[in-house]
Amino acid sequence: MSEAKAREPLFSKKNKKLVTTPLDDDNPVTIQVLGICSALAITVSIEQALVMSGSVLFVLGAGNVIVSLLRNLIPSRIRIIVQLVVVASLVIIVNEVLKAFMPDIAEKLSVFVGLIITNCIIMGRFEAFAMGNKPWPSFLDAVGNTIGYGIVLVLVSVFREIFGAGKFFGIELFGSNLPGEESGLYTVGYMNNNFIILAPFALFAVGLIIWAQRARNKALIEDH
Amino acid sequence: MKGIEKLMRKFEPSHDGKWHKLHPVWDGFYTILFTPGETTKKGSHIRDAIDLKRTMALVVIALVPCLLFGIYNTGHWHYVATGEIAPKGEYLEMFGDKVIYGLIQVLPIVVVSYAVGLAVEFAFCVKNQHAIQEGYLVSGMLIPLIVPADTPLWMIAVAVIFAVVLGKEVFGGTGMNIVNIALTARAFLFFGYPTMMSGDKVWMSGISGVETLPEGVTGATALGEAASFTFPKSEWVYEGGVKAFEANWTLWDSFIGMIPGSVGETSVIACLIGAALLLFTGIASWRIMISFVIGGLFVGWLSNLGAVNPYMELDPLLHLCLGGFAFGAVFMITDPVTASQTNTGKYIYGFLAGGLGITIRVFNGAYPEGIMMAILFMNIMAPTIDHYVVNANIKRRMKRLKTA
Repeated sequence: MSEAKAREPLFSKKNKKLVTTPLDDDNPVTIQVLGICSALAITVSIEQALVMSGSVLFVLGAGNVIVSLLRNLIPSRIRIIVQLVVVASLVIIVNEVLKAFMPDIAEKLSVFVGLIITNCIIMGRFEAFAMGNKPWPSFLDAVGNTIGYGIVLVLVSVFREIFGAGKFFGIELFGSNLPGEESGLYTVGYMNNNFIILAPFALFAVGLIIWAQRARNKALIEDH
Repeated sequence: MKGIEKLMRKFEPSHDGKWHKLHPVWDGFYTILFTPGETTKKGSHIRDAIDLKRTMALVVIALVPCLLFGIYNTGHWHYVATGEIAPKGEYLEMFGDKVIYGLIQVLPIVVVSYAVGLAVEFAFCVKNQHAIQEGYLVSGMLIPLIVPADTPLWMIAVAVIFAVVLGKEVFGGTGMNIVNIALTARAFLFFGYPTMMSGDKVWMSGISGVETLPEGVTGATALGEAASFTFPKSEWVYEGGVKAFEANWTLWDSFIGMIPGSVGETSVIACLIGAALLLFTGIASWRIMISFVIGGLFVGWLSNLGAVNPYMELDPLLHLCLGGFAFGAVFMITDPVTASQTNTGKYIYGFLAGGLGITIRVFNGAYPEGIMMAILFMNIMAPTIDHYVVNANIKRRMKRLKTA
């Protein structure tokens, strides 16, 4: 039916907005408060955060396109089940690929790859966007949301890896803290903060990001 | 006084001048020295003749016995660890040395705690153009008293920043916090740097430099020893609980505070002096204090009945005298901002906190200092308790109204 209209350019203003708003003004983690569980669980190292964001990019990107293509065929009464089947199949693919090519990371991420199924961002975008839009905008929406999610994940993980483990991408920043062979800052009494490694701290970190974001952009502050 | 007043007035930044942003800082210093001349013109909200600064100052005064005893006790256990004096009996020997050593260990912590905490507080007040309030005067004194004397100063600074920013300023500053600031700082240290806050290496100052401890000295707190399943180590038998405690200590030791531990919380006597002052001036609620103690005694007694681990065998009275129970009962749980506001709520709040503290202590060997956890947890529960107390009252009165 929309064939009659003039074809929209691939990167029209509207389409660009689909990618840019979830980065800041409508960030899935800090504004919609979705996907918090994985933000707490896998942000102890930057590598894990990046792999997680990549996996979510694949699942959400492919999933949004598939759901969008199927949107007129899915009876609305069973749409959640259909969406779940789509996510589950995609997550299994990701899981197998990670196990085959990045066994170390896959082991560290353990169940959290499987738990991408329960990442609220994915079902949220299926329901809120892909069910009512064409494949190309749905794909852009997926990209925008995943990047918005990834930014928060990486910010949190940079902070947690540096101050919790004293490392950046696995490189020791402050010297070695192995008992008996301390070097660098550890010889003068510096210690890594164990609390930052614990999951609850990620909640504080996300909270601080939300604070900073709203302090910068007053329009985001809810009024009550 | 007139001279100081004139000098202060001279430095007052005018509201439109270059330094107007610093007016809260000036105001903060001015009101510490003088009672401000301005009074509320209408719709007065004064509930009490005593203002926040005087309230806080009284709590700090109530903490002084704990601080002084803590300084002495730090020195005492240092010289016990180095083997220069016996743990028992030689209380007054080397008194001067003990006090000097204690001062060297404890005073820097106090200074860092105040300097960092007040700097954060001032920064937020200037940024938000609020009047500076004195909430930190008490927290700044509490923090040094609830950490081991050997805690590195930078850790204190980090913990204080964390506690003041995330415990208080994000909620709107003094009087708005939902959890106790000092305990937030301690919890941060406890989870962040567990090796500096637990175990048997930190409770006697300067112990890490000592190769072999004198005979009969273990380095653990009395509370920690009570849980040791294999004490004395040479015999490797189940000898924890009351037996382990009695091998080294008496109830009297822990009552006066001649046991290793955090700086200011070992002495029940010092806490009681503080309690007397707080109760006499009406700053702390006797309802909370009493129900906290009853809650602790009750759970201590219950755990005696079905003891399955050494902690559970401890006399409930010992529970009150060990660890941070007494200090928590007097200075932590009674914090009027974070406690329940209704009178019935105060009984429930205190009782649950005391009971929960002992529960954590006896069931989780990894967290012998359950009091901190229990108080923080109950801080969060306090508004819920108030909510139900108030609602119950409304319901009761509605009923009365209907029947009448």
